[in-house]
Amino acid sequence: MTTVKRLGGPRALRAGPASFRVRPRPLLLVPAGLAVLALLMALNIGRGDYPIGVGEVVRTLLGSPENRFVVMELRLPRALTGALVGAALGLSGALTQSITRNPLASPDTLGVGQGASVVVVALTVATGSAAGGAGGALAGIGIPLAALAGGLVSGVFVYMLAWRSGLDGYRLVLVGIGFAGVASNIKWWLLALGDVNDASRAMAWITGTLNARGWEHVRPVALALAVLVPAVLIGAFALGSLRLGDEPARGLGLRVNLSRSLLVLAAIVLASIATASAGPVEFVALAAPQIAMRLAGTGQPPLVGSLVTGAVLTVGADLIARTAFGGVELPVGVVTAVLGAPLLVYLLVRSRRKAIL
Amino acid sequence: MLIEAVRRGAFRHRPAVLLCLVLMTALAALASVMIGARHVPPAAVWDAIFAPSGTEEDIVVRSLRLPRTAFGVLAGTALGVAGALVQGHTRNPLADPGLLGVTQGAAFAMVLSIFTFGVTGVGTYIWFGFTGALAASVLVFVLGGSGRGGATPLTLALAGAAVTAFLHGLVAGLVLLDEQAMDTYRFWQAGALAGRDADALPVLLPFVLAGLVLATANASGLNALALGEDVARSLGHRIGLARAVGVAAITLLTGAAVAACGALAFLGLIVPHLARALSGPDHRWLLPFSGLLGATLLLAADVTGRLVARPGEVEVGIMLALLGGPFFIALVRRRKAMRL
Repeated sequence: MTTVKRLGGPRALRAGPASFRVRPRPLLLVPAGLAVLALLMALNIGRGDYPIGVGEVVRTLLGSPENRFVVMELRLPRALTGALVGAALGLSGALTQSITRNPLASPDTLGVGQGASVVVVALTVATGSAAGGAGGALAGIGIPLAALAGGLVSGVFVYMLAWRSGLDGYRLVLVGIGFAGVASNIKWWLLALGDVNDASRAMAWITGTLNARGWEHVRPVALALAVLVPAVLIGAFALGSLRLGDEPARGLGLRVNLSRSLLVLAAIVLASIATASAGPVEFVALAAPQIAMRLAGTGQPPLVGSLVTGAVLTVGADLIARTAFGGVELPVGVVTAVLGAPLLVYLLVRSRRKAIL
Repeated sequence: MLIEAVRRGAFRHRPAVLLCLVLMTALAALASVMIGARHVPPAAVWDAIFAPSGTEEDIVVRSLRLPRTAFGVLAGTALGVAGALVQGHTRNPLADPGLLGVTQGAAFAMVLSIFTFGVTGVGTYIWFGFTGALAASVLVFVLGGSGRGGATPLTLALAGAAVTAFLHGLVAGLVLLDEQAMDTYRFWQAGALAGRDADALPVLLPFVLAGLVLATANASGLNALALGEDVARSLGHRIGLARAVGVAAITLLTGAAVAACGALAFLGLIVPHLARALSGPDHRWLLPFSGLLGATLLLAADVTGRLVARPGEVEVGIMLALLGGPFFIALVRRRKAMRL
């Protein structure tokens, strides 16, 4: 008799009395994703006004003095910022979607990006050339901090507004849309108030861009991720029971509302940090978990897999934004919005087929 | 609750209410002409309108405040009626022409026309605005209603958000490449009645009137559709025709308002709810009530915007958003499950 085994399905791994269930696909996703990420980053570093081959890029990264300045000081920080921002967004999206058990929830719908945009536009317009040009140093430190604060406050605000004796995923999404409507109106009003040059600069920021990112942008994100990712992965054990629904989770002894609020807070912090360093790069947080889930063949977004997928998506989108339009470099957010919106529509149509609504 | 109210005869004073609404609109228009950064005494306003002699005050009233008031009446009526139509056709209390991608569709088409053809002047790019508004609204209705079960408040809102994000991405790409388009776009997107080209009024008026005529023709169809498509069909209504007339009216009204005054979000959301409280569910009353209330609310918001930040002013778009956002969120919170 032959047993038919589904390729990539779960297998049992036995060692004496202990046995584990191993699922090869989710495990494979991470190294495969990292390999793709490395390739995309090498390609991204190689492209530009001064093209460098992938082999040379790798040699320089390994210590060769050739092209050291261009690679290490100009292009590597940009690629790293993209990867880190994408990773933060991917993890944040996976958390939100798991907690709300809703594929449409993401930090974008929590208003993080719009809230950060309002604050940044206000700062740019207020300190811009129209107001005497106090920019410079203030803008360098002030904008990321302001974006962080704006994102955090908006995310928490929307979460609290959507709270009504418990959390409903769809209510959260709709409240987020309402909040985003108000925030974007305020943003446009501020843009119309300012000088056209300031408005243009602010516009680039609120579209989400990796342009001119240096090591000073890499360090804070890397530091934040180094602290937050392990904390989230440990705290995410609660997700296992949260995914079953409120009642079963409570029955399993979980303090449902507390652990859910903490995990949402972590997701908001991650998304705000990403937004602070690259602006609101839309749809990565929505798309990465969904793509990772399908690649891994799991029923829920895998956390580490989503993190890697987010990084791959962001670096890939940046590569497209930099190279696909001839001599013109577009902000990465344009590419993610244009490619990501159809995905949202697809998820929408698909979730209706499954009659979730 | 509503049915009880109808049975009690709570709406039997509708003709009197209609008269009150007409008076309120007239009062709002009067306030819009009278109040502003520069104090103009009532007698001077009267002279400026009926016996202009070319003084500075006459110029302020005739070239700034009258067009601004006219834009307010036009756009407010159009958006109020369009909001009632959208909510009636989708049977969706959260529907708003601004949230359903129509605004961003018009924005994209207009920016594209500035970018590729260097179009200037509202008379030319309003056509692009219309095309964009129509394409976006049809797209959102198709996407939001695809699959089994038709459109729900959630799918429409999300389809609107997705289309808006997509178009916003494209617009952002375009305006970053072209500073002139950026300059036009940001003022347009902010949504204001002031500083609009008065020459656009005669261009827009026919579109709004045509939209209002179509909306009037649509009222009895909407009443039947409120009972569900099957019932409406068995009552002898042609569903496809009623839907087509509705979409045409929504596009004409929203397209004209949006092309003239920019993104005025949330007006089309709030007004039908207020009007429904006065008129009941009958669309033959709801539509005129919405139009009058829309004009009143828009003018009132505009006048308030002039008063809160004297001597400067806050654009009416932002006043509406500050009013409408909380309204929208309260509507979402009021319903236990967003199923409808």
